[in-house]
Amino acid sequence: MKLNSFDALYELHENLISLLDLRSDELQADEAKSGPRDILVCGGTGCHSAQSAEIITALREKIANAGLEDIKVIQTGCFGFCAQGPIVKVQPENIFYVQVKMEDLDEIINSHLIGGKAVERLLYTDPRTKEKQKHYLDMDFYKKQKRVALHNCGLIDPECIDEAIANGGYLAIAKVLSSMTQDDVIYEITASGLRGRGGAGFPTGRKWGFTKASVSDEKYFICNADEGDPGAFMDRSLLEGDPHGILEGMMIGGYAIGADTGIIYIRAEYPLAVYRLETAIAQAREYGLLGKNILGTDFNFDVQISLGAGAFVCGEETALIRSLEGNRGEPTRKPPFPAESGYRGKPSNVNNVETLANVASIILKGADWYKTIGTKGSKGTKVFALAGKVNNIGLVEVPMGTTLREIIFEIGGGIEGDKKFKAVQTGGPSGGVITEADLDTPIDFESLTSIGSMMGSGGMIVMDEDNDMVEIAKFYLEFTMDESCGKCTPCRIGTKRIYEMLETLIEQKGDLETLEKLDALCRTIRETALCALGQTAPNPVLSTMKYFPEEYERYAKGEVNKAYSIDPEKCIGCTKCARSCPVSCISGKVKEVHVIDVSKCIACGACFTACPFQAIVKP
Amino acid sequence: MQKTKFNMEILDSCKLRELDAFIEAEDNPQGRIINILHEAQKLFSYLPQELQLYIARKINMPAAKINGIVSFYSFFSQEPSGKYTISVCMGTACFVKGADAVLQAFRRELQLEEDQKTSADGLFSLRDVRCIGACGLAPVVTINDRIFGHVKEADVKGIIEEYRELAKQEVAEVAQ
Repeated sequence: MKLNSFDALYELHENLISLLDLRSDELQADEAKSGPRDILVCGGTGCHSAQSAEIITALREKIANAGLEDIKVIQTGCFGFCAQGPIVKVQPENIFYVQVKMEDLDEIINSHLIGGKAVERLLYTDPRTKEKQKHYLDMDFYKKQKRVALHNCGLIDPECIDEAIANGGYLAIAKVLSSMTQDDVIYEITASGLRGRGGAGFPTGRKWGFTKASVSDEKYFICNADEGDPGAFMDRSLLEGDPHGILEGMMIGGYAIGADTGIIYIRAEYPLAVYRLETAIAQAREYGLLGKNILGTDFNFDVQISLGAGAFVCGEETALIRSLEGNRGEPTRKPPFPAESGYRGKPSNVNNVETLANVASIILKGADWYKTIGTKGSKGTKVFALAGKVNNIGLVEVPMGTTLREIIFEIGGGIEGDKKFKAVQTGGPSGGVITEADLDTPIDFESLTSIGSMMGSGGMIVMDEDNDMVEIAKFYLEFTMDESCGKCTPCRIGTKRIYEMLETLIEQKGDLETLEKLDALCRTIRETALCALGQTAPNPVLSTMKYFPEEYERYAKGEVNKAYSIDPEKCIGCTKCARSCPVSCISGKVKEVHVIDVSKCIACGACFTACPFQAIVKP
Repeated sequence: MQKTKFNMEILDSCKLRELDAFIEAEDNPQGRIINILHEAQKLFSYLPQELQLYIARKINMPAAKINGIVSFYSFFSQEPSGKYTISVCMGTACFVKGADAVLQAFRRELQLEEDQKTSADGLFSLRDVRCIGACGLAPVVTINDRIFGHVKEADVKGIIEEYRELAKQEVAEVAQ
């Protein structure tokens, strides 16, 4: 079926709205009420990894066997609450089940769907009050969130274009094509204050304006879905949960700059996202929403997918373009900017996934609405992947200006195991750590930079008292050293030297002079590297050195104890530790106290796990 | 100068035909080389130099350039991998929760030397991967398509034994 006119789309939308009748947050009917129901099961990668696909198949089968004809089971995108997955939500009564397992399904069907009584034990328990919570809007994790980019995730079936259209999908491109010029679109996006969500925060409307201004017979609109920041999964969840929203954002951008070809450059490590995008593209083509003469106008636009191959530097737009052209992904010097000369030498516009996920809402609700969210310099919301040593790991979307404390301690539910908060890392390998003292900073692009970190793409890793900051810095440098493309010397050799210095320190073979050299080298690389990857690579070191100088000094002075030891009071000489030690550094006879040779101990912890008497003492 | 000898015979002709069909469907094969290499790796499980040369001749591109691309991107492998590929996620979320210790535990269990990726019996390949985005399950390990969440060092031995057992059973079934 091709939609050949605006009216055909509007009519289809009207006819489909009822698909989502049962899914409103407000409609909190009683679970005792029988009748039609939608059961939403999270199909994001996190829940998928925890068997959500098997749960869906089994639920459908069991529901059919029980003769419950008016109950539908729908696979949705990510609900965000990954720590509690797999998540199953029953509508219209809004009952939110967490950590559902295959063996729980019969009880859900018998007790809830047939018996009309929600299964108490599968409800979320508030960690503070220990109360069971039925509805997700009551949970601390969701209370402070505002879903703009993620509005379809956890609501619609991302593999079904009809559900996307039912929820307003493709209405924004219809509005654009029926009533807006290219300049109108650029004006609206500029006025909204939307800034690039990939990390740099460049105003999206201005970027589009530059590309539109370049004169050429061919232009390209590129979506950067090469999300390489380790510990970040915002873009993946968006692509998996709302692929049509991303396509629509690309169409609107393509129209604004005058491009008829869209390209999505996506990581090959995201097979589910690739599959959902392919499905969405095929469906949109079938409806004539991609292709020639879209909605009966003379606007042509089609989208193709190009796979990345595991190179972090390809998230940098010039490297991405080189990679798209079939080359090693090495960045090029700017200018010329892609807006003048990009893919195949033609004007190209590169936007990040999350940026595009905001576009349709801005067009439909207007720049004035969007501007009401956020801070003076950073409008709208930001999606963060909250992970590490925090209770509520997951995907959160908050208005700009929310404080880190709210995110970590309210939405995130505080530190795991009641440990002490030490630092939070934002901006991935390009960013830095933020300590207790700055937790009340309202988040936006400028404020994070001013406290020595950066917004980055949205990875937020929480660390507790057990995390060693020098080890963390070394972890990031190992990453950037591996991922350096090798084109410019400061980055290729510099990152390796930094890594070696950190290694020397951790092996306690360095001294205070090593610290001085390390600091000087970091500053030199920051000034001289060719692209952002190299320029920001020293940040994790500089920021941990700034906030945790004592940890570096302890290593430099050789005061760090890394070896395990044995408590002679508790050891009974069972020999289990000695047998488990991979480097054979534990000696002792049967029924006699054992001893660890600290010079050989690699601190692997194998003895700690093996000892049945808790006689091994951690360093 | 001596030329390297390539034994093109090692390439399965059936798979090559599939690859040919894929390449012929592309209008700009040189520009789409990365996608072609993905397909080739899917078919052959890795990209031996012979295969890189085959593709080079097929799409009229210097083999050196193709090798440059293959060696640049970490997703491409020039070595055959074991029957089971163990991927330990080294994203930051997994790292702060002890993924490094899990990786070392696998190394010890499989008796891998530094830089050795595949176990001596050819059953297991061990690699560290960039964030797979299942941070809620950190630390995460995948073995082929199966995902293990919240893996502890102590679990490693059991996991490896399970797969060794599985391989034995398969051999026994084939023998029958």
